Amino acid sequence: MKYISEFRRSELAEGLISQIHRKSKTPVRLMEFCGGHTVTIFRYSIRQVLPETIEMVSGPGCPVCVTANADLDKAIALSRMPGVIIATFGDMIKVPGSYSSLQKVKADGADVRMVYSTMDALNIAEENPDESVVFLGIGFETTAPTIAASVLQAEERGIKNYYILSMHKLCPPVIRTLLDSGEVKLHGLICPGHVSAIIGSHPWEFIARDYGIPCVVSGFEPLDILQCVTMLVEQVENDESEVEIAYRRGVRPEGNREALKLIEQVFEVCPAEWRGIGKIPDSGLKLKKEYQSFDAELAFDINPGPTYEPAGCICGDILRGVKTPADCSLFAKACTPENPVGPCMVSSEGSCSAYYLYGGNFEG
Amino acid sequence: MCLAIPALIKSIDGKEAEIEIGGITRRISLWLTPEARVGDYALVHTGYAINILDQEEGEDTLRLLREIAEAEEEG
Repeated sequence: MKYISEFRRSELAEGLISQIHRKSKTPVRLMEFCGGHTVTIFRYSIRQVLPETIEMVSGPGCPVCVTANADLDKAIALSRMPGVIIATFGDMIKVPGSYSSLQKVKADGADVRMVYSTMDALNIAEENPDESVVFLGIGFETTAPTIAASVLQAEERGIKNYYILSMHKLCPPVIRTLLDSGEVKLHGLICPGHVSAIIGSHPWEFIARDYGIPCVVSGFEPLDILQCVTMLVEQVENDESEVEIAYRRGVRPEGNREALKLIEQVFEVCPAEWRGIGKIPDSGLKLKKEYQSFDAELAFDINPGPTYEPAGCICGDILRGVKTPADCSLFAKACTPENPVGPCMVSSEGSCSAYYLYGGNFEG
Repeated sequence: MCLAIPALIKSIDGKEAEIEIGGITRRISLWLTPEARVGDYALVHTGYAINILDQEEGEDTLRLLREIAEAEEEG
């Protein structure tokens, strides 16, 4: 088994589609939380093969998209400081902050380097002992343990010029916030597969228990999504709300204990600012006291100035699932992947980017 | 951003491993998966194995999907 082609077989997809059509009677709105799922759903035209009873909405599960402008501005301000090298995942480079982007400051001479992994960032720090390397720590629970591991490796290797600007976010709290707002009514949640590979399926139980919403953890191949929808429909029709896993090859109910241990060792929970949603208590991660020497916010005097949101951009509403890119007057006109106004068009997993690349029928 | 790719672990050297993705070999970290063994498939995210894929569970899922497809075909 190679874990990819096996989960793309059309004859197995047909069986699942047929079962969904046969079983789905009640009109439902299902949210795919994760931007990776949004991409699979659009790439394989999954919305188009589902019955009319099933409406799919995209959620806020794109770390680049939910990074607040105030945080982006901090990263840009840091990049302008002499002796600072910014190391970042590529996704962040083109995202516009209030007044600029990392791409623009890089063109103006700032040392901004795209890396695939924190391991590359550590090597840059080791090779440039007279400079300060700031890694932009974005990502959900999937990525946080890799950043934690990099801090411990820096300590082990005696690398003292490596810093983290921690903008990490946690997924369960934002779902609670969305549900409490009452803005979007959901009948089922497709839970993020690789966040769950780390945290397991237990952290979603409050959604099934307190809100009566069925939850199924899904993988990222088309058969995974279809199996997940089948399981959600089954729960809805049986009037059940439980947490199930449709991605058992990659997710254990208890998650990855080793990774959770690393997160706990290095980080502590803090409030975090989400674009379009606001400040959510206990939804972010910051470095613990013992690791404060790696904290870019403490090591540098960062003054990004006031923040500013681009006029007309509705990324915030799209991230909350209350509007779609088709509702945006800038979409595919003033805002395109080549010239993005908002982050949902920049990130390959943003809703606007997925609509733009695969949308076709924007009514979806 | 949470993209993770299944990849075969070809060799292990301490806390690092050599993997193969689509014919390309690269080094990854095993900090999050000390249980990894040569021959396992790892879920690789930003250069780290975030989990080891469970072959038995994968086969069970495919068996279930085949049963659904057969049942639906018979109507």
